[in-house]
Amino acid sequence: MFRVIASQMIVPNVHLLTLAAPAVAREAKPGQFVILRAEEEGERIPLSLSDWDADGGWITVVFLNIGATTARLASLTAGIDIPTVVGPLGNATEIENYGTVVCVCGCYGIGSIYTIARALKQKGNRIITIMEARSSYLFYWEDRLAAFSDKIIHITRDGTKGHRGHLARLPEIFRGLEEPVDRVLVNGCTFCMKRTADETRPMGIKTMASLNPIMIDGTGMCGVCRVTVGSVTRFACVHGPDFDAHQVDWEELLQRRKTYMPEEVVPLRTSRCEERHFKSQEKSHE
Amino acid sequence: MSEPVKKQYDLKRREMPKQPPEVRRYNFSEVALGYTPELAIEEAKRCIQCKKPSCIANCPVEIDIPGFLKKVAEGDFVSGIRVLKDKNCLPAVCGRVCPQEEQCEKTCIFHKKGGQIAIGRIERFLADWEAEQRELEMPQIPPRSGRKVAIVGGGPAGLTVAGDLIKLGHEVTVFEALHKMGGVLVYGIPEFRLPKAIVNREVEYLRTLGVELVTDFVVGKTRTIDSVLEEYDAVFVGSGAGLPWFMEIPGENLNGVYSANEYLTRLNLMKGFLFPKYHTPVKAHRKVAVVGGGNVAMDCARSALRLGAESRIIYRRSREELPARLEEVENAEEEGVIFDFLTLPLRYIGDENGWVKAIECQKMELGEPDASGRRKPIPIVGSEVIYPLDAVVCAIGNSPNPLIGSTTPGLKIGKKGNIEADEKTGATSREKVWAGGDVVTGAATVILAMGAGRSAAKSIHEYLRSLSRIPGNGS
Repeated sequence: MFRVIASQMIVPNVHLLTLAAPAVAREAKPGQFVILRAEEEGERIPLSLSDWDADGGWITVVFLNIGATTARLASLTAGIDIPTVVGPLGNATEIENYGTVVCVCGCYGIGSIYTIARALKQKGNRIITIMEARSSYLFYWEDRLAAFSDKIIHITRDGTKGHRGHLARLPEIFRGLEEPVDRVLVNGCTFCMKRTADETRPMGIKTMASLNPIMIDGTGMCGVCRVTVGSVTRFACVHGPDFDAHQVDWEELLQRRKTYMPEEVVPLRTSRCEERHFKSQEKSHE
Repeated sequence: MSEPVKKQYDLKRREMPKQPPEVRRYNFSEVALGYTPELAIEEAKRCIQCKKPSCIANCPVEIDIPGFLKKVAEGDFVSGIRVLKDKNCLPAVCGRVCPQEEQCEKTCIFHKKGGQIAIGRIERFLADWEAEQRELEMPQIPPRSGRKVAIVGGGPAGLTVAGDLIKLGHEVTVFEALHKMGGVLVYGIPEFRLPKAIVNREVEYLRTLGVELVTDFVVGKTRTIDSVLEEYDAVFVGSGAGLPWFMEIPGENLNGVYSANEYLTRLNLMKGFLFPKYHTPVKAHRKVAVVGGGNVAMDCARSALRLGAESRIIYRRSREELPARLEEVENAEEEGVIFDFLTLPLRYIGDENGWVKAIECQKMELGEPDASGRRKPIPIVGSEVIYPLDAVVCAIGNSPNPLIGSTTPGLKIGKKGNIEADEKTGATSREKVWAGGDVVTGAATVILAMGAGRSAAKSIHEYLRSLSRIPGNGS
């Protein structure tokens, strides 16, 4: 069992969970992920590591409350034990001294890119962080990212902070930088990563994306996370999760992620009040 | 009354009661219902107790088969289970999923006349009988040796090593990547062929013996073999063959195309057939095609049927060459699985939303025998057919998972990604590291993995004893 140390909604619909998982924390590296189950009947879902402390034995994940399982994870409170936290899985993000690195992030990707930016900075890179959100109230961890960024640029759909618009603004933002960009890393939803890849492709800047397909075991066993990269089928869990964003078949990934969309909403059609009621009854019978 | 000169042998195998096909095709409960005590005794009495039994030699774990049959014939089930468990720590599992027809039963003296003793059914009966009594007998465990062994993978190979070594007095920890012990027994083999309660029972038995069971722990990721060896005297790797093969034909990444591992894991480990009570979703498909002809393909096809789909097997050779157990093929046929033999998938065709909607296949004919000794399928030009469907399960095989190999320096890996290990002892190229089961042989059977575990346990035990004899290094 793995104890929830902290649970918090950091901005609307984006949640942070800190879990006691000493074995994972000991081995974790930037860019890796864990597989969690919220309860005994729960499904296994992958979440990127956003932070960890080997000495303290804890890890942190940041996620969007968007489906059945993330809703359950979001409802956890400190002190509750969850049955599965396994990892760290996947390959670590390649950390070298590239020169100037732009870290593009949005939504839960703001959380997951934090340790990557930190490691890149420590390796001597110049870090420009570009955060994207619908509105300024959806940004978080700006202070944390600022500590390892030479520059932070915001994009908001409604123009409440930084540039107004979407990731289509990237070319113009890049043109406005005083220096050439040597590498781009992007963490966020599939659409955010696809869009970033589309914008940096004509500029010819190497861009790495941290893919987020459906997974079950996370160790290469089930193959549900397969993605086409440069016309070859790869398993995101063991060959990734980072891939060259310009080689990824994004349409296929977007389509594969929709596989269980109808089923995903089934448990959301109830308030789950009854479920809890019956569960507590079951417990009192034991 | 004098004895007849030529004894009349009873050659009639006692049938095991089963759920009727028209009932079982709609449920996930176990198909075979098992012998009654009377049937088990009748069947065991048929064994003539050969002076030189050939059944034992053909059992990968060398169970004293005539020994336990004799006890059952006498109605002494307590002694029977004792004989059985002396060599086999997972009898309820083996009684169900071992290919007895290829092993012990094949060399039975009555085999030629079709009257071989139903050894598997009696084994299964004994194990189930013991569990019902709820008085599991605990074996004598010698004083602790003070030596620690880590086992990577909680499947049949690893559990066998754990059972053997704990009985020899060593401390044993099993590390399992998934959240349940059992490996392929829990994620792969369906409930209707091997109820999960039975696997749990066998796993719990190991726990009572003192085996430490650690789930959610991926050796190679959570901790490397080298790090494990800092704490343990020896490591056994039984991580199985868990990397699914695909056919590499167009359309394979369409929605609705699954690997057998994914399809079965969703159902068995995650209990997706109970969605939404269990949260892992499973699609309600209408027409499912399973590509392949092994036991795993049968499991997938029969699962699809139980989920309410029309289910067909697509296999490039003929019925003769099906690698699945005959019993499973017959079960599938009885239940209504459609078989398309001599048929090879060419491509999957998708709809406008990226879902598979049809499969294009080519008809084959059999030519000369190939390297495997089976007649080689040759495409018939112009024989392409298209089947409409809404799901495909690719059950054409697995190769060993590369996680251990890629994170263990000095561990010799073969061409097919398998760990190279000595056939007799399971010793690998790395000191203190043994391996066995599918990770060494590629996908094979439960009992062969157990056999490999048994040999490795012996070799590990000898090694640990040699440590104790070295002055200053003993415990």
